[in-house]
Amino acid sequence: MAEIPIAWFLTLSAVLFVLGVAGFLFRRNIITVFMSIELMLNAVNLSFVAFSYQLKQVDGNLFAFFVMVVAAAEAAVGLAIILTVFKNRSTLNIDEVETMKN
Amino acid sequence: MEFVTQHPVLVVSLIKIAIALFVVMTALAYLTWFERKVVARIQSRWGPYWVGPHGLLQPLADGVKFLFKEDIVPPMVDKVAYVLAPFLALAIALTTLALIPIGPATINVLGQPTQLVISHSNIALILLFAISSIGIYAVVLAGWSSNSKYPLMGGLRSSAQMISYELPLSLAIAAPLLLSNTLSLHDLVVTQEGGIWHWNVLRGPFPQIFSFVIFLIAAFAETNRVPFDLPEAENELVAGFHVEYSSMKFASFFMAEYCNMITVSSMATLLFLGGWTAPWPAAYGSRFVPVLIFALAGVVALYHGIETLRRRDRLTFPVFGVVFLAIAGVFLLPMVQEWLLPLFWFCAKTGALLFAFMWIRGTLPRFRYDQLMGFTWKFLFPVAMLNLLVTGLLVAWFS
Amino acid sequence: MDVILFLVFAIIAVVCAINVVVQAHPISSAVSLVGVMGSLAVLYLLLGAEFLAAAQVIVYAGAVMVLFVFVIMLLNAGAESRKGHSLMVQVLAVPLLVTLLGLLAYIVQRIYRSDTTVHFGGFTHGTPQDVGRALFTGYLLPFEVTSILILIAILGAIVLARKEID
Repeated sequence: MAEIPIAWFLTLSAVLFVLGVAGFLFRRNIITVFMSIELMLNAVNLSFVAFSYQLKQVDGNLFAFFVMVVAAAEAAVGLAIILTVFKNRSTLNIDEVETMKN
Repeated sequence: MEFVTQHPVLVVSLIKIAIALFVVMTALAYLTWFERKVVARIQSRWGPYWVGPHGLLQPLADGVKFLFKEDIVPPMVDKVAYVLAPFLALAIALTTLALIPIGPATINVLGQPTQLVISHSNIALILLFAISSIGIYAVVLAGWSSNSKYPLMGGLRSSAQMISYELPLSLAIAAPLLLSNTLSLHDLVVTQEGGIWHWNVLRGPFPQIFSFVIFLIAAFAETNRVPFDLPEAENELVAGFHVEYSSMKFASFFMAEYCNMITVSSMATLLFLGGWTAPWPAAYGSRFVPVLIFALAGVVALYHGIETLRRRDRLTFPVFGVVFLAIAGVFLLPMVQEWLLPLFWFCAKTGALLFAFMWIRGTLPRFRYDQLMGFTWKFLFPVAMLNLLVTGLLVAWFS
Repeated sequence: MDVILFLVFAIIAVVCAINVVVQAHPISSAVSLVGVMGSLAVLYLLLGAEFLAAAQVIVYAGAVMVLFVFVIMLLNAGAESRKGHSLMVQVLAVPLLVTLLGLLAYIVQRIYRSDTTVHFGGFTHGTPQDVGRALFTGYLLPFEVTSILILIAILGAIVLARKEID
């Protein structure tokens, strides 16, 4: 078998996405949670590119490109927020950032 | 032998990689010698002098010294990242060289026509940029894994500096691309053929002289060279990110830095200085320039061989003179001229830029950190943006 | 050959992704994430998206992740502690994740049926020329909107991260 079924790419994408969700749920460090989101975005990008291949159109690539650009913007703002949180509370544990809770 | 006939492309690629690796490693070693000589001249010293004629065997001695030094892995370091970082640095620095073409000719190796580049790609420039943007992890990982304050500071500075200077660098690359209209490094040079007035640095409608200067400044920062060597500022941070490294691991960082210098110099050559094309057409005698240069070098060496300070130079100088004269003779042979002349021009331009690296190291003081960041964000980046805009407008206007 | 390439880089991607989740120190997670992104870039090349592969490495691995690593080093936060998960996470997370994975796998394998197979060179419209042409014709409005988004992000980041002036 010399060719790869496209479903393999989508399965890989699904696995990566679920791992991203797992990181998002299990991890307590804000930065790691943020990285899990990036992992999910990457997994979705892989699906977009795979669909682009299947449909023989460049549009999927462009979607992935836009996701990438938005992720870069998101990282800039998100990391700025993390810096501010750390400055005010000197912790990165999301369970300890709970002022609004009580 | 059967393997060779069955996989000709693979074998030819392996041969090219082996040759390139050997040449580059030798070049790296002698670049350190060259740098020490140049800086020494600027500071009115002699530089390496005693190991071999004019210290020519000094790189060899250094290599042996590095090999036999004790390889210390300090306690409390993050072992995996600590060991990974220097190899990552060198591997990435060497990988970028695979994309750089050094001549136009296709030569036959084992009956297989092949170009003077290890890996030809239509988007070579983007790939080059992608691979070199990974190189920063080596510095960052080295700084972090050493678990010590000076390396950490060095790594922090380096990551901020390299991200910041990547912007003007990419904008400066984009402008000449508008003129040449290709991303392949080979085609980039083809569009600049026909003499110095066709090189991107001087070509109309908008000469890319500003891009060239911006590219060089940003390249100095990307390769952590003076005046932007904040990550390894020795009088503030001891040696920055590689304080804790010794032996061959330290040498890897060192080689990676020099390799990156070669990469950016050849990138500048290909992008702005017409790559391997001669400054004026062969009809007006540009093919005799290398002959003249090498012959002159040979005569000078022979002349100095008559009367020397040290006795052994009485032997080495004439030998070098004869070697140079022989090289000059080789450049006259018609069958090798076709690929030797482009190679000469490429090496000459790259070498001139490398000399500029060393010249500036010997001349300029180091920036202060806030000046460094302010310079790129408040000056270099807007200027690069403006340059790209003007270039785009003029290209659109005249096409 | 394509299958071997796919399997090698898929396995690297999955192993690195698992590493992102299980590593205690954020730097190790970040470096593993770079590994995921790098192997995904190779898979993009396999799928013919050469521009996207390069952009993935330049933007994600070369800029976004460097920013992450920079912030982690700047805050110098150590490894996180393992304790303190709430009861709901401990009990429900794993079953829910397995369900999610099962659901996605079911969709891919059963509902989404496709006989398309991938081989290198099967799709050649992912070059910079094609992407650029599509970007500046059909997708011009999203492109411009994205640029405004980035501008807002820059302003937001500066406002958030600047020193307090009292």
